[in-house]
Amino acid sequence: MDVHEYQAKELLSQFGVPVPKGAVAFSPDQAVYAATELGGWNWAVKAQIHAGARGKAGGIKLCKTYHEVREAASDLLGKRLVTIQTGPEGKPVQRVYVEVAEPFEREIYLGYVLDRKAERIRVIASRRGGMEIEEIARTEPHEILQVVVEPAVGLQAFQARQLAFALGLNIKQVQRAVTTIMNAYRAFRDRDAIMLEINPLVVTKDDRVLALDAKMSFDDNALFRRHQVADMHDPSQQDPREAQAAEHNLNYIGLDGEIGCIVNGAGLAMATMDMIKHAGGSPANFLDVGGGASPERIATALKLVLSDAKVRAVLVNIFAGINRCDWVAKGVVQACQTVDVKVPLVVRLAGTNVEEGRKILAESGLKLITAETLAEAASTAVEACNAAQEPARATA
Amino acid sequence: MSILIDEKTPIIVQGMTGDKGSFHTKEMVEYGSNVVGGVTPGKGGTKHQGLPVFNTVKEAVDATGATTSITFVAPAFCADAIMEAADAGIRLICSITDGIPAQDMMRVKRYLYRYPKDKRPMMVGPNCAGIISPGKAMLGIMPGHIYLQGKVGVISRSGTLGYEAASQMKAVGIGITTSVGIGGDPINGSSFLDHLVLFEEDPATEAVLLIGEIGGPQEADASAWIKENMRKPVVGFVAGLTAPKGRRMGHAGAIISAVGDSAAEKAEIMRSCGLTVAPNPSEFGSTMARVLSSGASRPQAVL
Repeated sequence: MDVHEYQAKELLSQFGVPVPKGAVAFSPDQAVYAATELGGWNWAVKAQIHAGARGKAGGIKLCKTYHEVREAASDLLGKRLVTIQTGPEGKPVQRVYVEVAEPFEREIYLGYVLDRKAERIRVIASRRGGMEIEEIARTEPHEILQVVVEPAVGLQAFQARQLAFALGLNIKQVQRAVTTIMNAYRAFRDRDAIMLEINPLVVTKDDRVLALDAKMSFDDNALFRRHQVADMHDPSQQDPREAQAAEHNLNYIGLDGEIGCIVNGAGLAMATMDMIKHAGGSPANFLDVGGGASPERIATALKLVLSDAKVRAVLVNIFAGINRCDWVAKGVVQACQTVDVKVPLVVRLAGTNVEEGRKILAESGLKLITAETLAEAASTAVEACNAAQEPARATA
Repeated sequence: MSILIDEKTPIIVQGMTGDKGSFHTKEMVEYGSNVVGGVTPGKGGTKHQGLPVFNTVKEAVDATGATTSITFVAPAFCADAIMEAADAGIRLICSITDGIPAQDMMRVKRYLYRYPKDKRPMMVGPNCAGIISPGKAMLGIMPGHIYLQGKVGVISRSGTLGYEAASQMKAVGIGITTSVGIGGDPINGSSFLDHLVLFEEDPATEAVLLIGEIGGPQEADASAWIKENMRKPVVGFVAGLTAPKGRRMGHAGAIISAVGDSAAEKAEIMRSCGLTVAPNPSEFGSTMARVLSSGASRPQAVL
């Protein structure tokens, strides 16, 4: 789960990471009020979206007067901001963060990530903070400093010192950087984060370090014990179909194709999409209904897939282990009775109780197309999709 | 022969008295697995489905001589259950549980690495379908009837895609020595590589099917090992050719991930390491049939 910059900073600040003073605003009035409360004459008004590269996309505006703050907030709020990390549809800006703009001397990169290969938390730092960090990692890997955290004892101060000295900081700055590196690690560990990025971490003229930006992602599997994190969830930043799916604990990712997919298991779901492509079609979504798919779950999944206007055919592919095919078949029948299915529905069942499942489908009287193998299911769905498109084209 | 489990392997079920634990204990016993008891703290001394229940894994091991466990424990408590099994001397721990926090798994792995290599338990999963040695024993949640006993080893990240492969191979008369589902979580108990080593040593296994997915370094690591060390032929596949590039926040992930995360890149790595890559997920059976009938072992064998 991702959170906004202001939420990440609030959390980091609770763990002792210094951040500039700031306040979140939902309207231009609130933004101006925030600026008056913060004081000073330099503010940054920053669009709050779940993506980076906002600066280059015009999502961060530096302001010197209340009037400019109002204009910046009016300009950003209610828009969709498109950055290189959002995709072409962009993300809606519903909140801005008004922050005291502090002058600084240097920009540093500081990142934490749960490294799948090392199976440990890895801390990454670079003296070359800013937006080109990925490019630097490719072309000048020696500029990227890394330490790996031993899980039994956690990040040690000497590791933070190694990083801080290698960043070329003076002794005063090193002391403050070490505290910041350690405290940010504690925030990462204690809130079950999987990614934390402070880019840039800036060094001021008077030798302070400050987190000027912050991005954080958290482990969905740990939200049950991190209610403070779960409460920060902002569904507006998700694709509406994905937000709806998440409410029902379905794993859904919207795509651009025309064949809706309902599959059990992530691997089989990806393989089904691959087969559709191989058969000449294009998948409308990834949807894993998971292990214990009850009839209600299948019905919910079908409604969700059909809510996508681009869908011209639906392929249900269930290889039942924990699931039983008779259950899945009941779910399909139940869903067809409650949802008006106007597009062809191809159902492929395999595994536990497959005969009972097929019998239920055959006796339901529904207009279903059944398939026995994965290849047959995919090619049938593509044919059905193409056939369903022709009348639409004729009227166009 | 088979790897990891056979009909004699004594198994305990952690979380046996819960709904899922009960259901799958019954299925495993019916398949022929040697389930000798279960563990549910607070229910020690009782019987469930005719099997003794213990409060701790230690008690269960002392009383039954179990060497292997399977966990149907809720995600919040599963890391603890796995470490308890390791501490009690269990040699093979299979975790079905889906939803264990990643940092919990990080600590579990660290805990397992305390043991010297010869004493370290093998862990399979979490978030996996388990292990089956067809005709002998099942330690998992798969539909046993889709597997034919035979001479191919299967290692798959995805449970259901593993089922798909097993049923395609059965349809063309190819059987399996052992099928291992290593699970889809970011941090796994064991990797493709751990099981490849076992299949290479298993005299009954003549070829291996390796079914990967997008993301993570495992497929590339396994391919590199195959190239250097494996004599038996390996058929590979990577699901997710059409998967969208993950949307992301920030750069930290990109900085540490080397090239080779996408399905196409991984398939290319497999090919370059001498694996035969199945062209699409409906050709597991036919590709394996071709590889077996060509009788080709890997080039190194000729040396």
